[in-house]
Amino acid sequence: MTDLVVEDLRIRFGETVAVDGLSFELPAGGALGIVGESGSGKSATALALLGLHTAATVEGRITFGADDLTALTERRWRQVRGAEIAMVFQEPLTALSPFHTIGDQIAEVYRLHTGSTRRAARDRAVEVLRQVHIPDPARRAASYPHQFSGGMRQRALIAMALSCRPQLIVADEPTTALDVTVQAQILDLLDEVRETTGTSLLLISHDLGVVAGSTDRVVVMRRGLAVEQGATDAVLVAPQAAYTRELLAAVPRAKPPRTIDGGPLLRLAGVRKHFRQRRRAEPVRAVDDVTLDVRAGETLGIVGESGTGKTTLARLMTGLLSPSAGTITLDGVDITRRRGGSVQMVFQDPMSSLNPRRTIGESIADPLRLSGVRDPRPTVEDLLLRVGLTRALYDRFPHQLSGGMRQRVGIARALAPRPRLIVCDEPVSSLDVTTQAQVLSLLEDLRAEFGLTMVFVSHDLAVLRQIADRVAVLYEGRIVELGDTAEVYDQPQHAYTKELLAAVPVPDPAEARRLRALRRAQVTA
Amino acid sequence: MIGYLVRRLGGAVLVLFGLSLLLYGLFYLAPSDPAILTCGKGCTPERLAEVRHAMGVDESIWAQYQHFLTGLVAGRDYSSGTLTRHCPAPCLGYSFETDQPVTKLLLDRLPVSASLAFGAEVLSLVAGIGAGLLAGLRRYRWLDRIVNGLVLAGYAVPVFLVGLLLLLLFCVQLQWLPFPTYVPLTTDPLAWAQNLLLPWVALAVIQTAAYARLTRAGIQETLAEDHIRTARAYGLPESRIVWRRALRGALLPLVTLTAIDLAAIMTSAVLTETMFGLPGVGQLLVGAVNQIDLPVVVGVTLLTGLLIVAANAIADLLYAAVDPRVELR
Amino acid sequence: MGAAIAVFMILVAATAPLLAAVAGQDYTTYHDNLLDSARGGVPLGGLGGISSEHWLGVEPGTGRDLFARVVYGAQVSLGVAVGATVLEVLIGLLVGTAAGLGGRWADAILTRFVDLVLALPILVIAISLLAIVPQDWPRPLLLATVIAVLGWGGTARITRGETLTLRTRDYVAAARLSGAGWFRIARREILPGLTAPVLTYAALLLPTNMIVEAGLSFLGVGVRTPTPSWGQMLSTATTWFRADPMYVLIPGGLLFLTLLSFVLVANGLRRALDPRQSEVLR
Repeated sequence: MTDLVVEDLRIRFGETVAVDGLSFELPAGGALGIVGESGSGKSATALALLGLHTAATVEGRITFGADDLTALTERRWRQVRGAEIAMVFQEPLTALSPFHTIGDQIAEVYRLHTGSTRRAARDRAVEVLRQVHIPDPARRAASYPHQFSGGMRQRALIAMALSCRPQLIVADEPTTALDVTVQAQILDLLDEVRETTGTSLLLISHDLGVVAGSTDRVVVMRRGLAVEQGATDAVLVAPQAAYTRELLAAVPRAKPPRTIDGGPLLRLAGVRKHFRQRRRAEPVRAVDDVTLDVRAGETLGIVGESGTGKTTLARLMTGLLSPSAGTITLDGVDITRRRGGSVQMVFQDPMSSLNPRRTIGESIADPLRLSGVRDPRPTVEDLLLRVGLTRALYDRFPHQLSGGMRQRVGIARALAPRPRLIVCDEPVSSLDVTTQAQVLSLLEDLRAEFGLTMVFVSHDLAVLRQIADRVAVLYEGRIVELGDTAEVYDQPQHAYTKELLAAVPVPDPAEARRLRALRRAQVTA
Repeated sequence: MIGYLVRRLGGAVLVLFGLSLLLYGLFYLAPSDPAILTCGKGCTPERLAEVRHAMGVDESIWAQYQHFLTGLVAGRDYSSGTLTRHCPAPCLGYSFETDQPVTKLLLDRLPVSASLAFGAEVLSLVAGIGAGLLAGLRRYRWLDRIVNGLVLAGYAVPVFLVGLLLLLLFCVQLQWLPFPTYVPLTTDPLAWAQNLLLPWVALAVIQTAAYARLTRAGIQETLAEDHIRTARAYGLPESRIVWRRALRGALLPLVTLTAIDLAAIMTSAVLTETMFGLPGVGQLLVGAVNQIDLPVVVGVTLLTGLLIVAANAIADLLYAAVDPRVELR
Repeated sequence: MGAAIAVFMILVAATAPLLAAVAGQDYTTYHDNLLDSARGGVPLGGLGGISSEHWLGVEPGTGRDLFARVVYGAQVSLGVAVGATVLEVLIGLLVGTAAGLGGRWADAILTRFVDLVLALPILVIAISLLAIVPQDWPRPLLLATVIAVLGWGGTARITRGETLTLRTRDYVAAARLSGAGWFRIARREILPGLTAPVLTYAALLLPTNMIVEAGLSFLGVGVRTPTPSWGQMLSTATTWFRADPMYVLIPGGLLFLTLLSFVLVANGLRRALDPRQSEVLR
């Protein structure tokens, strides 16, 4: 088994410095996490470990066994890649070739490095697919990547990484594109793989929770430098550096409970939404018999993973979609008939939520103009200040703002027509942890100030814990649990809620290990 | 699969219906007496009346269309006085000028147009993909630039201009090649190819440009995709990456385009055939237009419509066959 | 650079009557005296009879001033092409946005219709149509209309595709929540988003339409004499090219240059506006 030693690594893209003197060690068989926000240089480091940089200059020393990875010949690289160091990428769908079956892709890599026969390679492919717990591996090996679900694809990628029995696996944000429960499964799998094969693991993530449960050592990166490093138990429990403390503080905290005494504002009764599928008799039941009330003045959290129907539900609540069955009323009036901006929405993707050809001031002013306001500018500028931006931004365009700022603009736009209810559809999912914390507290403040009612849809339980008064758990289009936040988190009733809660990544290593044991117990149960 | 074919067939029939209705409507509602047009030049009033009856134009539009439809299936008889001309199924009309059923005329000429189309298509594919690959792989910068320039120029030349220049150059000035006439493939393959060479090149110019550009863009885009990075990350040699993985993705759009372009060439063969004097379907059309032989015009138009629809269906089929992500609609 | 040539050509076309007047010629007067009847009507003098009076020489067979004919020809060729392109864009935009924004039924019907139009063989039908229409209708206008009516399928298809994509953008949903009706959304949110792809497509459409017009005139069904058109001149040039190559080279060369300039403009537009737009002409 081989140690990995990185000394004074510098990576430059022309003038921009991505990594500026990074040093760390990963002993054989160990697990090291590199954590940092976007722009910290963690991905650049990962790519350098496989020599995948084409446009960058890499300086320093990376010692891996007998090789210096900064000075390998192309020929030697082809031997190292896949056979000694294997990489697991973030997006499994695009990382696999869509034109070849999974089995073929794995077999090809295996044959390339070991020179084995086709039959032996195919057998190996099935073997590793079984190792990553893909059911019916022999048959699934003949499927194409697009026929797998996201979690299974990632397992397949891990299988490919295992196929040549490498010394080190580099996993670059392997779970970011996955649902919470699936994320937990993949991390558990990586842990298991490490235990059974003794492979070293380098895990890169922006999420402290992911790193906490799966590594022995951690390096915290910021702008190309290691701000802090050490044993995971030490760094995440008692951080030395200010930045690390900042990151930990930004992790969502539980909210003190409030009493809500408002009457029901939005009522959903027996709501269903079906989408007909092409060539299949059964329609997709996105929302399947949902009945709930949103009380005036509260923040209702709706949690669910992708495909559970939460976006559909959010759109139904605003009247953008009409239900196939059931009624939705706002203050007694059917929501699809209402006029005016009494219900507004904050969207997930800051890129597509603003018209790129319009200044942000005009985007915010739009609802005001529609309701007949002649000169909305002063009101808009006021709103800009309220959401923590400056007046001068009125005439800027969306592409000139950062993601977090664009999200604030979206909030300002939602506030413009003085709505009663705001539905937020994953508004912080694409933001950095620190920005996320800021936007969440902004939403809290605005809710209190304007007396709003909010529905907050998210897949992230941690986020909801900070902002929601009540939580509804959505599973396959149905509400399987509904109650005050504290109750749901401390005493979950439904099996799915329990599964979700056990899968949440937490930055406390001890807690993370407890949850892993809990998940293992759930699986065997 | 069967279901798909049936559905596309149904769609094709619908389109052809629409097309034929459209044509009938346009031609026979147009402010010209179709009988005069069909009667041709040098028409006398007696002959005109004969022709009108023979053509069945003295009936209502709907009746005429019905006759046309039944003729497609069961053949049709045109009688005028003592003379009866039989038009076997599928009867697309009867050309009174040349005294032959339109279908026969078309079938006679089809091989010429087909030779033209296929030859040009093969030439453009080979040249286009080759040029596009070389440019896209960026082995030689200067080649990339040249190809780019040629591609743009290729878009800017109408086929008859190229044809004209080629004729000027090769037949008149340099006298390397004879003036093209048509020699059937079955008679003498070498002469067939030699004669068709100039028309093929003329047609291929613009096609090559399109294919080169597509291939180049396709290669560059595919090479930038994630799965190529994965292949590299697992140590696959560059040559295998290009040939086995990148090419497949890059050429995908080309596959479907080929089918459609074949049909397009056949329909725009009009110009080339006229230019080079080749007795194909296109030339038939021009001749018919000049002699105002309407049934031929209708027949040719319907044939080209059919070709385009068929080509589209085949293109979709090919696309589904080559890309495992696509399912047939 | 392409833009420069394109603008020049447009100017020439627009000011054709002026230029011809300056040159002191018009395009219909026959000048038999300049032809060598012994050789069958070939222009006297080298290079097709270029002289200080006739800047580009004269036409073989008729003796008409080539410069004037070329310049007026520019007007016709460009005019028809521009007219056809503008019409195609307008029709395509209308149908495409209606299909993209309308309900499922509207979309289905309109798409079928667009498919039908796309299946039409433009050249063939144009030839047929133009053959039967009476001679006294204004030919260039007719040409532009026929080309446009047969060829708007492409713009409709890409408009529909882009509209469908834009429709899913969140800012459209936000506009709906604020109470905007579909017309307002079409106008303020969708249409500006369509500018880039439609413009890029139209830029390439222009030379294509020019080629169609030239082709039709070449075949004799386009513009009729005495109105000049470059395609038509090339058609007569085929019979003369052994004796008078200039008669081929001048209109041919100009046609090529004009087309090339527009293609360059289209290419530049494409690179500037949307570097990722792939050219799948389905």
